[in-house]
Amino acid sequence: MTNLLPLIRNECLKIIKKKRFYVILLILLVLVPMFTYAQMRIAERSRDKFNSDWRLEIQQQITDNQNSLGSDRIPEEWKSYRRIFLQQLQYYLDHDVNPNEPSGVTFTREFVNNSVSLFIPLLIMAVASDLVSGERTTGTIKMLLTRPVRRWKVLFSKMVALLMFVSLIVLSVFVISYLISGLAFGYKGFNVPVFTGFQLNGDTVDMTKVHAVEQWKYLLMQGGLIWYVSIVVALLAFMVSVLVRSTAASIVVMMAALIAGTILTNMASAWTAAKYLFMVNMELTTYLAGTPAPIEGMTLGFSMAVLGIWGLAAVIISFAVFTKRDILN
Amino acid sequence: MARTIHEAPGDEVVLSARGVRKKIGRKWIIDDVTFDVKKGEIFGFLGPNGAGKTTTIRMLVDLIRPSEGTITVCGYNVNRNPEKALQYVGSIVENPEVYTYLTGWENLQHFARMQPGVDEQRIAEVVEIVRLDQRIQDKVSTYSLGMRQRLGIAQALLGRPRLLILDEPTNGLDPKGIKELREFIRKLADEGLAVFVSSHLLSEIQLLCDRVAIISKGRVLAVGAVDELVARNSPYVLWELEPLQRARDIMAGRPDIALLHLDEVTLDDSVIAGMGVNSLVTAMDEELIPEIVAVLVAQEVEVRAVHKINPTLEQLFLKLTEGEAID
Repeated sequence: MTNLLPLIRNECLKIIKKKRFYVILLILLVLVPMFTYAQMRIAERSRDKFNSDWRLEIQQQITDNQNSLGSDRIPEEWKSYRRIFLQQLQYYLDHDVNPNEPSGVTFTREFVNNSVSLFIPLLIMAVASDLVSGERTTGTIKMLLTRPVRRWKVLFSKMVALLMFVSLIVLSVFVISYLISGLAFGYKGFNVPVFTGFQLNGDTVDMTKVHAVEQWKYLLMQGGLIWYVSIVVALLAFMVSVLVRSTAASIVVMMAALIAGTILTNMASAWTAAKYLFMVNMELTTYLAGTPAPIEGMTLGFSMAVLGIWGLAAVIISFAVFTKRDILN
Repeated sequence: MARTIHEAPGDEVVLSARGVRKKIGRKWIIDDVTFDVKKGEIFGFLGPNGAGKTTTIRMLVDLIRPSEGTITVCGYNVNRNPEKALQYVGSIVENPEVYTYLTGWENLQHFARMQPGVDEQRIAEVVEIVRLDQRIQDKVSTYSLGMRQRLGIAQALLGRPRLLILDEPTNGLDPKGIKELREFIRKLADEGLAVFVSSHLLSEIQLLCDRVAIISKGRVLAVGAVDELVARNSPYVLWELEPLQRARDIMAGRPDIALLHLDEVTLDDSVIAGMGVNSLVTAMDEELIPEIVAVLVAQEVEVRAVHKINPTLEQLFLKLTEGEAID
């Protein structure tokens, strides 16, 4: 009977009026300048050291890594990681391309790479975690569910509003970090080539499929992958918000899962079954850059499938629980 | 889609609960609740706290699914067809919880979008009905409890319901607010709305309602017109007599008067406080009072005061629940 559009409008309106989105923008506006400044200091230092010659700098990195390979104190896994890293650096050097060409675009690329597993999910949780639990905490859920609207429609409208805001958050991360870092590094750099398509084969890197893409294309691919991860994280946070009555508990549960993910990623490899957990599959952009996955056997397709299944399960559970549950208080 | 409210006879059933039961965990929280609410009447739902009033109300509006039994509103099953049934229902379950970060007007717009046929004009109408026009553009977080209550009622009236469900509506209101609310509810009922009001305050129900269901421990103990239920009890008469002993002997000699001990009657605290040492409580037909007074005077008993106390639901309630504490 009731159309879905007005319901979605209601939910968007509530998210805006709660000022959650402004808080997210504010966080970005405070943190991004900090990272930009830090990055600027790094750039300055290496400029002093290598007289602005990036080839010298890369050469130095290669030598450093090679030296550390000889050390016994470094675990085997780290060594294989470094061997791969070495080969990639060499590839860049051979093709006369600076992988760290300082620019607003490069900064953005690196920044989102590093934010995908914790920072962006945290911003998403600011919206997602109290979408349902918030209505239960304040009791407004009773008003919401006693209107002549089927429960699945109420939940669906919330989910659509959430996905819209998640997209907006991902976009804001890109735009704000580009705009702010551009002040320091300049707004050029969209056409700088970036290599992608490194095939990892144990310790060696298969270069046959490596090709250069312009940085703006790379950024788009990154954006797509990060958006995908963000949607899955949002759906999971949404499910927790349906299951748990208090917003605080809902945030804690999600944070715990995400932090466990970063810890597990670092411990890695020994427990291979961990690769089926959503939180170790979140760094999709590493596949683009050619960094090794935390656990053997993980590929871009595998990670996306695992995330997809988790996301789908979250949606099914959310709807099953929300439409059936008695609202006792 | 405007709905015309049929000018049907007064016995048109708007809300009907049939054999409703609810099991939570292993316990039957609600054990057989059956009643009908008719068009244009104010129906009271009376019971002590924890008797299952709120659980029942939540079942009436599809917040909780009954384990057994059916609830229908205007012929539609609430649980199977909530989209149809709930459009006839306006409700406030427990407190009037609205979005405090929105203005009153935005809240009403929000709920208006959730039902068909409610436009801006209707919103303005209900705002006027509950007399919130002055503050409707302010954030709800600045409202007093009474204003939130009125906003809640405005929200409930938005969809031109046939049934209004109010859960403990006088909670937190001052005496003036309670009186206004009572008049307001009466006016709505006179316009043909069926109103379902729960309360643990017996006097409240007695003053407000036409019919009442009494619930205790998840069971409906009695349903009936308030007058009818009250009439089952004969009134108390409070006497102040001198000398007391002679008067007591006279009363005891009559079969149509029951002398009562103070601990077996339930009286308002204010009445008990005003009773002197020469007081006597009887249960009797009020028609007998003049005759008894004449007899007493003839026997040289001074009649200092005679006070008739109307039977209250409280008495009835205590009788039905065998003394279980109310609130």
